[in-house]
Amino acid sequence: MSLAEAAFIQAVDGVPLKIKLARAERKRKLKAVGLVLPLFLFVVITFLSPLLVMTLKSVENEETFGRLDRTREALASWSGQDLPDEAAFAALAADLKIAGEQRLAGEIAKRINYEFPGAQSKFKTITRKVAAMETGPYRETFLSTDAAWGNPKLWRVIQGASGKYTAYYWLSAVDLRQGASGIEQVPANQAVFLDVYGRTFWIAGLVTGLTLVLGFPVAYLLATQPASRANVLMIFVMLPFWTSLLVRTTAWFVLLRNEGPLNDLAQLLIGSRFDMIFTRFATILAMTHIQLPFTLLPIYSVMKTIPPSHVRAARSLGAGPFLAFWRVYFPQTVPGIAAGCLLTFILSLGYYITPALVGGPRDQMVSNYVSYYMNNIINFGQASALGATLLIITLVLYWAYNRLVGIDKMKLG
Amino acid sequence: MSTSERPGNRRGLAGKPGDFVEFIDIQKTYDGETLVVKNLNLSIRHGEFLTLLGPSGSGKTTSLMMLAGFEVPTQGRIELDGRRINDMAPHKRDIGMVFQNYALFPHMTVEENLAFPLQVRRMPRADIEQKVERALEMVQLSQMRKRRPAQLSGGQQQRVALARALVFDPKLILMDEPLGALDKQLREHMQIEIKHIHQKLDVTVVYVTHDQSEALTMSDRVAVFNDGVVQQLATPTDLYERPENAFVAQFIGESNKLRGVVSSQNGKECIVNVNGHGDVRAVPIRANGPGNKTTLSLRPERVRINPTDGVFTNQFDAQVEELIYLGDHTRARVSVLGTDDFVIKLPNAEGVPDLAPGSPIRIGWKPEDCRALDWS
Amino acid sequence: MKSELLIKALVASAAAACVFGVHSAKAAEPLTIVSWGGAYSDSQRKAYYEPYMKQTGVKITEEEYDAELGKLKAMKEAGNVTWDVIDVDSAHALSGCDEGLFEKLDYSKIADTSKFLPGTALDCAVGTIAYSTIFAFNADVYKDNQPSVLEDLFDTKKYPGKRALLKKPFGNLEWALLADGVPAGDVYKLLATPEGVDRAFKKLDTIKSDIVWWEAGAQPPELLANGQVVMTSAFNGRIGNAIKEGKNFKIVWDRQEFDWDYWAIPADSKHVEGAYDFIKFASDPKNMSQQSKYIAYAPTRVEAIAMVDPKIAPTLPTYPENMKTAVTTDLQFWADNNEDLTKRFNAWLAQ
Ligand SMILES: Nc1ncnc2c1ncn2[C@@H]1O[C@H](COP(=O)(O)OP(=O)(O)OP(=O)(O)O)[C@@H](O)[C@H]1O
Ligand SMILES: [Mg+2]
Repeated sequence: MSLAEAAFIQAVDGVPLKIKLARAERKRKLKAVGLVLPLFLFVVITFLSPLLVMTLKSVENEETFGRLDRTREALASWSGQDLPDEAAFAALAADLKIAGEQRLAGEIAKRINYEFPGAQSKFKTITRKVAAMETGPYRETFLSTDAAWGNPKLWRVIQGASGKYTAYYWLSAVDLRQGASGIEQVPANQAVFLDVYGRTFWIAGLVTGLTLVLGFPVAYLLATQPASRANVLMIFVMLPFWTSLLVRTTAWFVLLRNEGPLNDLAQLLIGSRFDMIFTRFATILAMTHIQLPFTLLPIYSVMKTIPPSHVRAARSLGAGPFLAFWRVYFPQTVPGIAAGCLLTFILSLGYYITPALVGGPRDQMVSNYVSYYMNNIINFGQASALGATLLIITLVLYWAYNRLVGIDKMKLG
Repeated sequence: MSTSERPGNRRGLAGKPGDFVEFIDIQKTYDGETLVVKNLNLSIRHGEFLTLLGPSGSGKTTSLMMLAGFEVPTQGRIELDGRRINDMAPHKRDIGMVFQNYALFPHMTVEENLAFPLQVRRMPRADIEQKVERALEMVQLSQMRKRRPAQLSGGQQQRVALARALVFDPKLILMDEPLGALDKQLREHMQIEIKHIHQKLDVTVVYVTHDQSEALTMSDRVAVFNDGVVQQLATPTDLYERPENAFVAQFIGESNKLRGVVSSQNGKECIVNVNGHGDVRAVPIRANGPGNKTTLSLRPERVRINPTDGVFTNQFDAQVEELIYLGDHTRARVSVLGTDDFVIKLPNAEGVPDLAPGSPIRIGWKPEDCRALDWS
Repeated sequence: MKSELLIKALVASAAAACVFGVHSAKAAEPLTIVSWGGAYSDSQRKAYYEPYMKQTGVKITEEEYDAELGKLKAMKEAGNVTWDVIDVDSAHALSGCDEGLFEKLDYSKIADTSKFLPGTALDCAVGTIAYSTIFAFNADVYKDNQPSVLEDLFDTKKYPGKRALLKKPFGNLEWALLADGVPAGDVYKLLATPEGVDRAFKKLDTIKSDIVWWEAGAQPPELLANGQVVMTSAFNGRIGNAIKEGKNFKIVWDRQEFDWDYWAIPADSKHVEGAYDFIKFASDPKNMSQQSKYIAYAPTRVEAIAMVDPKIAPTLPTYPENMKTAVTTDLQFWADNNEDLTKRFNAWLAQ
C-alpha cells in the first residue's frame, strides 16, 4: 500500500491513523528522552562543554586581547607594510606600562613570541625601559633598543594578536601561517603537524589491521569451542585487560631491550641482537597487544550469536569449507569487525604513553604534541587546535565509514 | 516411485537392490562412553518419503547428520546410491537439507538465499534466475524475493528453507523437524504442501520428527527410533495396526497395556493370564511361550461394550470410571482386569451410549486385535 | 550583673579558643611540594621533608611532575591551586614568573639575597641546588682509552655504540656546536642565525642513527645499566647515585652544562606562609649542606658550600676541577626560541 493511501486510512473515531500513530509514538519518544536525559546532561557537562571551552581557547587571543587596545587603535590606519608612526609606538609603550604594572607583560610577550620567535626578550627589555620613561619620543627608544622594532612583520603580529580572535593556532595546526600576502605554508623544517597526523592515522590503522588479523581467528576459535574450554581461553584474552597500561608497556620494554630475553634468545640462536626497543616495531607491537581485546571481544560476541547451522546449511548447499566461511559466516561477523576496529582505531589515535616509552623518535603521535603544548610550554591554544583538528579528522573518517559500511550495521555483541 | 533395479546398485548388508540410502551397522558415540546410535541398519528406497520418528534424544538428528556428512560414524558404513560416503565432504554429497530453525542466511535476501547453492555450483546467471524463479513460484513467495529472512513470517521462512533445499535439484532431501517452530494449523498446512512437493518432484525425502501424527500423515514409511535403535520400520498402516513391540505400540497412537504371563501358546494364538484377573486370548507376536511374561497391546477403538455373548472370545466385566465427550467419539475409562486406566473409544455415530460413571458394563474384543508383545 | 559577667567570660574564652584554634591549625597546615621524583626527590626527602616534618609537625605531601606547569596554570584558572612549593628548573623559574604563575618572593622571609650565589636569588624563585648536564659512559665497555672530552660523545668511530640524549633541542644544540669547534662565547650568537641552527643539526646528524632519546631524568642511568646505550647525557646527580650504588659509570665533566634548580611558590597557593617557612628551612645553610650527602648536587648558599663534606666535593659540579670548561645555558635565548627550535627539532627527528 502506498504512503498516500495510508494517510487516508482513519481509525474508528475518525482521526487519521497517521496522526494516531504519531501521538502514540510521541509518548514513547518522551519516555525514551526521559530515560537518556541524565546521561545526556552528564555528557554535556563533562564532555561537550570542556570541548567547547577548549575550542574557544584555540581561536581566542586570551593573553593579549584587551591588553593592547591602544596599540590596536593606533594601528587601525596603518598600511601594514612600512614602519608605524610615533603614535603607534607611544600607544604600545602605554599598553606595556600598564601590563608591566599588572604583571601581564610576560603573557603578552609569550603570545607574540609564538608568531615572531625572539619577541619575548625584546618585549621584556622594552617593557622595563618604557616603565622608566615619563614621556616620549618612544620610536627612537624602541628602535635603538632593538632593530626588530623596525620590522613591519613584528607589528603585523602585534596587530593580529590585539584582536579577540586569531586563526594562528588553527593554521599552525595544519602547518600554515599568515604571511605578508595571505596564508602560506610554514618552511619545511618547521612543518611537523601534517606529518604527525599522517603518522598517527597510519599507526592507528596498522594497529587496527593487526589486531583484526590476529584477533579474528582467536575470536573464531573461542566462539566455536565448547563453553568450558572457551572460558579458560577467554581468561588468557582478558588477562592483559586486567593489567595496567603502564605495567604492560614496561613489560614490553623489559622484553624488547637490547639485553632483554628476546635478544638473548636471538643471540643464542643466530648470534646477533636486534634493535627492537625504541623503534616503530616496538610501538606497533605494544599497541597491538594492548588493543587486541578491544578488537576481539566485539567480534567474539557477534560470532557467538551466529548459529553453527548456518555454515552447515552452506556446506549442505554445496559450498566448500572456505566458500561457506567467506560467503555465509564472515559477512555475519562484519558488524562485530566494524565495532571492534572502530573502537581500536579511535582509541589508538589517542595513544601517547606507549609510543613515548617503547617507541622510536619518529613515533610521536598527536597526543604527544597536545601534551607537550598543554603541559610543557603552556600553550593551551595550540594544544586545543591540535586536539580539535584530530577530532575533526576523526569525525570525517567516521562519517565516511558510516557512508561506506553503515553505523547501523555495527554491533558490540 | 520405482524400486526396480538400477545399474550400479550394490547389495549392502541390510540393503536390497533399489535402496538409495543405506545405513549399514552404524554406531555413533560422541564421548566414547555411550552409544547414541547403536547398530543402525536402515535402507531408504529411491523416491520414498521416509520419516525417522522417535522421542527426544533417540539419535534421529545424529543419524541425519551422519548422512549429511556433519558427523562421522564411529563404526559402519553409509552408502548413497551404491557408493560409500563415510568420508565424503558434506558439500560434495548433493543432499538438500532443511534445518529445524531454517538456517536462512540473514544477510542475504530470499532471492540470494535461493541463488546461493546455484552460485557455488557456478551455474550460468540465466539458469540461476530461471531456477530461482521456479523455486519461488513453487513455494508461492515470488512477492517476497527482495526481503530479508527477518522480514518474513515463520511459515514463509520455512518455505524459503524448503525452496532453497530443492532449488539445486538434489536427489535426496533431509529435513530435521522442519515444522517444529510453527503453530498447529500452519504445521498441518505445511505438511500437506511438503507432501505435494514430494509427489511432484521425484526426490527422496528423509524426514525427522517426534510428532507421530506428522509422521503418519506424510510418510511412505516410518522408522521408529528409540534408544539408538530402530524399533520398527514400516508403513504408517503397519505401524499402527501391527506394532512389533511394546514401545512402538505405545508410541504410535494410543493403546491399552495389559501385563501378564503366557499360559499357553501356539502359532496363531496364545492365552495370557493377566495377574490372575482373567485369561486373555491374543496374537503371539513377541510372546516367548508358556511361563513367560508379555505385554498385551490393544487399541481403544477395537473394544466393544456390552457385546452379544459369544461374538468375542475375550469378554470381561468392567466398571465405568470416567466419560469424556469428544465430539466424534466418547472416551470411556474403565476398570477391568485389575487396572483402572483401560480406555475405550466409542464412536458417537452409533448414538451416544447410555452410560454413567460407576455403572457396570461388559466389554469384549477380538483376539486378533490384541497383540502379545515383549514385556515392558 | 551576674549574667553580664557570664557573657564576658564566655566571649573571652571563645576568643581565646578562636585564637588558639587558628594558631594550632596554622602550625599543622599541610604542604604539597612538587618535585622531579626519583633519586632527586629522595635526596630532598631526607635532607628537608623529613627533618622539617619532625621539627614542625607539618605534614608534607609530595607530588611528582615533569615541568608540567600547564597543570599549575589550569589549577590557577580553575581557582583551586593545590600546590604550595615547586622545585623548578631555571627556564621555568623565569617563564613562570613572567607569566604570573609564581609569587614574587619576599626575601625578608627567607634570607638576604646577598647570602646566595650570584644569579640564584630570582624575583620569583630562590636557588636550591646547582646541577649540571654532563655525559657519562659505561666504564665496563670502555676499559682503556676512555672518553674524556665532549668531542668523544660525537665520535662514533672512536667510541662506537649507542648514546642517549635528552629528547629536546635544549642543551643538545649547544653541545653540537661546541663539539663542532665553536668557541663557547659564540654559541648563542651562532644559534640565533639559521646557519648556526643548520650547523648544529648537521653535527647531530653525524650520530643521529646511534641516538636513543630519553625524556625523564631517571632514564639515563637505567639505559646505561641495562646496556641499551654505552654513553648518555644525564643530570650529574643521577649518575652519581648510580655510581654510589656500585655501577661502573664515569662522568665526563668537560663542557658540563651548568644550571640551577629553584624553589618557587605558586601564585594563589593556599599556604603561602607555610611555603615561606619551608623554603626558609630548606635554605638554611646547615640544612642545605645536607642534600649533597644524598645526591651529587651543590648548595646555592655560600656558607652551605663550606659545610659540604670535603670527600663529596669532587663529585659536585661546582668543584673547581669540574668547572674548568663548564658552559652556562642562555635562558633568554631559550625563552625566545624554544618553541620554534622544538618544532624544528621534531621535524628533524621525523626525517
Ligand atoms: N555434539 C554432540 N556432542 C555430544 N553429545 C551429543 C551431541 N549431539 C547430540 N548428542 C547426544 O546424542 C544423543 C542423541 O541426540 P540427537 O540430537 O541425535 O537426538 P534427537 O533424536 O535428534 O533428539 P531431538 O528430538 O530432541 O532433536 C543425545 O543424548 C544428545 O545428548
Ligand atoms: Mg534433533
